[in-house]
Amino acid sequence: RNSFAHKGIYQYGTAAALDEPITTPRGVEYTQLLINGQYVDAASGKTFETLDPRTGEVIANVAEGDAEDINRAVSAARKAFDEGPWPKMTAYERSCIMLRFADLIEKHNDELAMLESWDNGKTYEQAANTEVPMAARCFQYYAGWADKIHGLTIPTDGEFHVQTLHEPIGVVGQIIPWNFPLLMFAWKVAPALACGNTIVLKTAEQTPLSALYASKLLHEAGLPPGVLNVISGYGRTAGSALASHMDVDKLAFTGSTDTGKAVLQLAVQSNLKPVTIELGGKSPFIICEDADIDEAVEQAHHAVFYNQGQCCCAGSRTFVHERVYDEFVAKSKVCAMKRVVGDPFEKGTEQGPQIDVKQFEKILKYINSGVESGATLETGGDRYGAKGYYIQPTVFSNVKDDMLIAQDEIFGPVQSILKFRDIDEVIRRANASNYGLAAGVYTKNIDTANTLTRAIKAGTVWVNCYNVLDAAIPFGGYKMSGHGREKGIYGLQNYLQVKAVVTRLNNPAWL
Amino acid sequence: MAARRISSLISRSLSSVPSAVFLSHGKNSRWGRNIHRYSTAVLAEEPITPPVQVNYTKLLINGEFVDSTSGKTFPTLDPRTGEVIAHVAEGDAEDIDRAVVAARKAFDEGPWPKMTAYERSRILLRFADLVEKHSDELAALETWDNGKPHEQAAKAEVPMFARLFHYYAGWADKIHGLTVPADGNYHHQTLHEPIGVAGQIIPWNFPLLMFAWKVGPALATGNTIVLKSAEQTPLTALYAAKLLHEAGLPPGVLNVVSGYGPTAGAALASHMDVDKLAFTGSTNTGKIVLELAAKSNLKPVTLELGGKSPFIVCEDADVDKAVELAHFALFFNQGQCCCAGSRTFVHEKIYDEFLEKAKARAARRTVGDPFKKGIEQGPQIDSEQFDKILRYIRSGIESNATLECGGERLGSKGYFIQPTVFSNVQDDMLIAQDEIFGPVQSILKFKDLKEVVSRANQTRYGLAAGVFTQNIDTANTLSRALRVGTVWINCFDVFDAAIPFGGYKMSGQGREKGIYSLNNYLQVKAVVTPLKNTAWL
Repeated sequence: RNSFAHKGIYQYGTAAALDEPITTPRGVEYTQLLINGQYVDAASGKTFETLDPRTGEVIANVAEGDAEDINRAVSAARKAFDEGPWPKMTAYERSCIMLRFADLIEKHNDELAMLESWDNGKTYEQAANTEVPMAARCFQYYAGWADKIHGLTIPTDGEFHVQTLHEPIGVVGQIIPWNFPLLMFAWKVAPALACGNTIVLKTAEQTPLSALYASKLLHEAGLPPGVLNVISGYGRTAGSALASHMDVDKLAFTGSTDTGKAVLQLAVQSNLKPVTIELGGKSPFIICEDADIDEAVEQAHHAVFYNQGQCCCAGSRTFVHERVYDEFVAKSKVCAMKRVVGDPFEKGTEQGPQIDVKQFEKILKYINSGVESGATLETGGDRYGAKGYYIQPTVFSNVKDDMLIAQDEIFGPVQSILKFRDIDEVIRRANASNYGLAAGVYTKNIDTANTLTRAIKAGTVWVNCYNVLDAAIPFGGYKMSGHGREKGIYGLQNYLQVKAVVTRLNNPAWL
Repeated sequence: MAARRISSLISRSLSSVPSAVFLSHGKNSRWGRNIHRYSTAVLAEEPITPPVQVNYTKLLINGEFVDSTSGKTFPTLDPRTGEVIAHVAEGDAEDIDRAVVAARKAFDEGPWPKMTAYERSRILLRFADLVEKHSDELAALETWDNGKPHEQAAKAEVPMFARLFHYYAGWADKIHGLTVPADGNYHHQTLHEPIGVAGQIIPWNFPLLMFAWKVGPALATGNTIVLKSAEQTPLTALYAAKLLHEAGLPPGVLNVVSGYGPTAGAALASHMDVDKLAFTGSTNTGKIVLELAAKSNLKPVTLELGGKSPFIVCEDADVDKAVELAHFALFFNQGQCCCAGSRTFVHEKIYDEFLEKAKARAARRTVGDPFKKGIEQGPQIDSEQFDKILRYIRSGIESNATLECGGERLGSKGYFIQPTVFSNVQDDMLIAQDEIFGPVQSILKFKDLKEVVSRANQTRYGLAAGVFTQNIDTANTLSRALRVGTVWINCFDVFDAAIPFGGYKMSGQGREKGIYSLNNYLQVKAVVTPLKNTAWL
């Protein structure tokens, strides 16, 4: 609706992507690895290109870390952990540094948003108005936890004084994906730092830029050298070196389920480091017959198309009750056709390009598979423009559970609408997936909401809303969508070891 | 009911409370008539007939004792003699499938997770009462199958087993989620849900206690279970599971499959319909189990693995007490404890005195038929462990540690080993690095605190540590610096249902017991609803 108000915004099917891309307001300052507080070249001297998804052209050449750089980074992090000062500082001092960093993020909001949009292709407005503020919020949130990491004192059956210490786990390896580079940086780095750990972070090779910039600000806020080390590079080299490193005490990974399994096996085969994994999804969005249809259409659209469909929690199976199915499909189609695709730096653009050629081609293959398996292509189905990685907002109806587009994570702007008859049936079908990351439920009825909320095997259930992400709400998956929870109080335990300390009491006044 | 804890007994005896009867050290052990110390005579006698019948040898699936699909059985052996106690149904992949189907049905259709938490709690409490009622049979079976002293089983382990179920029965109706403040007009809450079908694989060193550590929290949180017991010790789990059904557990909620790791265990770890796995055993097997879980359906895994725990005796320690506890820390349960204090670090100023006394204490240890009163040490579990321990002893000698006492098998029948003490042990010797899992104490010398911290932490393990000192600064420094899941200060092996247990580094992932264990069996679900016209945020 709003899109019509903006001049120069081309809707679905027009020529926006063929225009010259908007020139970004400034260049890229940080392209080296960040090890022990210093920006340095890769040991090999190699670099790789990070590309603009609008055009496929080079934004910058970035130092390419591999196993040797991971070793250097782990040594720095080990030293900063074992010798301090980070874990030996008071929690309050750590908290103050994190708060100063959050302030600096706010101050540099526009530069960060610009880099994020340029490197990833997401709309600048989304980056500037939502994601960068959420990253700052996440650090503010965990800064508040830093001095509230309580252990317990524990009653026991005998003359013993028992307490638990919640200790930092040590050197943490973190591997983040390209779909929300800065937010994933915040979800990983903030709780790890609040708990007193040191970090080696590997960014995605598609999107190395915003993490390097943010880390610069974090050091400006007072982070001691070696506490956060950032290695840009590839999964097979830098990522696997980090996952299998014998001196890394903990690993956190966000990415695909297949890669997550590989990472977990590397951790097991090396030093058995514990692993938090946040993986893929095929989340159901269930619209009951009593739902407000217009609102449900809008939310279901948002649930799948947000961020070019590149969300692990995308509501990628839209289950609609048969009584409202036809109306819902017709309105969803209109909604998708109105979606504004174009240069992400253009005001009012809702959808930018996909991240890279590989994802772009994969999505088009899934669209073909949908057509071939007999789903009805309501709209879209093709690339958009001739340059970059734009894809038309695509809607399939008459999707069946056994079609590939209803089973696999497509990670693109492709909505699959399925029909259901009753609650028991939709619960069973919604749960018949290897994934269990999230679910949406649309109903006015509190009994239906409660039934679905308990029955759906997913880490997050959004009732009459979707994609509400808040620093305080835990996020993570059932089944093959992951292990552990990030964010909220739950995110702390990923970065803490529990130590029970038992002392014999002599002549205690009470037990 | 005051449940006893292994260490409460020894600490009581240390405080000269006269009621100490087992795990007795020198002075008490002399009471036992016909107890032969560290000599072979007792082993020449006929083994005492255990005061119990073996009634349950089949698999327990869906509330019924059944034969294995293959019809196969395996012998479970008496470690005193190596002779057969009973032939037990041998479960394999097909039986695991049947058990998982039963557990799935009991989870998905109920009644277990659909019962109120209070009803579940009542069943667990009734079970704890039944365990107390049948404690003699359980203790006798445990000793017969495992070889541990009957007094230890009867007075410490079976009561602790009941205590664990009392403890987790109390948690069943206290599994709270949170309501969560957020930045907008949303009502946020978290539900802590049962995770589903839990696969559990337990070891042979404390068959009943490991059953309780695994089954107690999983049932309290509303899960259903397929439990694989160790092939060396299948008997008590079957008996206890029978009592649990007598207490009112619905069929299919707990299924017990006896069998081997490479068949039944691997099938459970890699099963696509098992939602969670918990394993206690060796680090090498733990890695295999975790890989099977990762390669199949990525089920989350709790691991409690091996250790090489330091026991640090500072120069200000009461040497006599330290000797006694260090002895106990290592030799308890024939040295077959994952948290055994198997690296005894002694300050150089008291090293010689400590060594003399530790040697004398080991030489006094009473080894013999575990059913005999006053016996401190029975046989090792089986010939494989027995041979492995003797190999490590030879390796100690070859690497030039000083063999102070012991070093050989005891008697010619069964799997008895002499209490063995090595001094002058160096950090790079195999006996100072590997988990021996036998009655072999390695005594190392240290000079200062910083040095002993760095040496104590120089291991791939991080399960537990003992610290002996009167100085509060030393105690605080060591308890923060040691990278282990449990630090016992002036005590050791204090186990309590409420104290979390688990490892740093390659000693495991996650914590069992206490409030911490509940996490292992719960999924967290965030539920978010928009608020319309809210009174407050």
